[in-house]
Amino acid sequence: MTLVLQILLTFSILSLVAVGGANAVLPEMHRQLVELRGWMDDATFSQLYALAQAAPGPNILVASVMGWQVAGVSGMAAATLGMLVPAAVLAWGMAGLAWRLRGAPWLKPAQGGLVPVAIGLILAAGLTMAQASYSHGLWPLLVVAVSTIFVWRTDYNPLWVLAGGGVLGAVLLQ
Amino acid sequence: MRAGAKGRPAGEPGFSPPPIRASMAAHPETCPLSDAPPALTHPTPGALFFGYLKIGLFGFGGVAAWARRVIVEERRWLTERDYAEILGMGQILPGPNVGNAAVMIGRRFHGLAGALLATAGLYFAPLIILIGLCLFYDRYGQLPAVAPVMNGIAAGAAGMVIGTALKMTGKLKLSVEALAVLLLAAIAAFVFRLPLPLIVVLLAPVSIAFSLWRAGLLGGAKGAAR
Repeated sequence: MTLVLQILLTFSILSLVAVGGANAVLPEMHRQLVELRGWMDDATFSQLYALAQAAPGPNILVASVMGWQVAGVSGMAAATLGMLVPAAVLAWGMAGLAWRLRGAPWLKPAQGGLVPVAIGLILAAGLTMAQASYSHGLWPLLVVAVSTIFVWRTDYNPLWVLAGGGVLGAVLLQ
Repeated sequence: MRAGAKGRPAGEPGFSPPPIRASMAAHPETCPLSDAPPALTHPTPGALFFGYLKIGLFGFGGVAAWARRVIVEERRWLTERDYAEILGMGQILPGPNVGNAAVMIGRRFHGLAGALLATAGLYFAPLIILIGLCLFYDRYGQLPAVAPVMNGIAAGAAGMVIGTALKMTGKLKLSVEALAVLLLAAIAAFVFRLPLPLIVVLLAPVSIAFSLWRAGLLGGAKGAAR
């Protein structure tokens, strides 16, 4: 089996166990890429993870960076497709199922039951990010607090707080 | 062909935007928004792509906050509750919840083309930026010296994500038991660092059961709903 196919297969399997997204699958990704397949060492894995965090977009794209490291552009394409397609096919099926069951009186309440779980996990993700930023000193917590209230209590464009945080970071950390 | 495509909605067979409202009217208990929200818009395929392009491009530190902002507040494709429900379904599936939601929302409005366009829009800009970062990393063996700026942006993004969770909680007017589930999920993930699949497997059935009971569909507790 060629390397690119191996990458495709590895990330396709990871895709199907990634309930909760990238952070949920990171330990297994590490086990597959570093321990089982030996495609990279520990330090490289960590650096690539940091690299992926510097880009916007869904965190799951950490897979793309890993694929790049293993086999260049074709590796990136294989990892990205492997990570996205199986999950997307399931989501497609779920949407179809919800559509077919749309008349069922229990569907809306059942869907509603998933809402607090989803919001709770979003809240946890935000708190985890805030905790990570705290390692750079106290001022990031101020940015977190201002940003939280800004987004929670107003409808203004959050780009302002992102830009403000970036400028403050550049000034204070230089 | 063109006329046929026009007469029939491009998305699900027989789908037209109003059923969003109609289905909510059929379940008043799931639609606590008494003051009617501004009218929803039905995105064109191009609007789906560009809306998701923005979500991907601005989504530093994760896209959950921007996805809700663009879809619910700016473009008004879905109500707060509809979006939350799609996100909830995306949460129990493998893969990023916002990515799964993109597939479902794309399909809802424009079928397969919509799902592909929304997904392509979501990942396009981040992938281009990642390729640039990878090239830089290959050449210089380190990340560009943007770390201080990124740390500041990350702190802002963290607050944005927390603020989004609080905003959704407030607007959806969750029941007491739903709030308890929300806090349990957050504590399990943030404080105890339990694996997310485990949290979903443990809490989703409980939460669904509570929700069905509220709607009078479980345990014969019809009176409990009102």
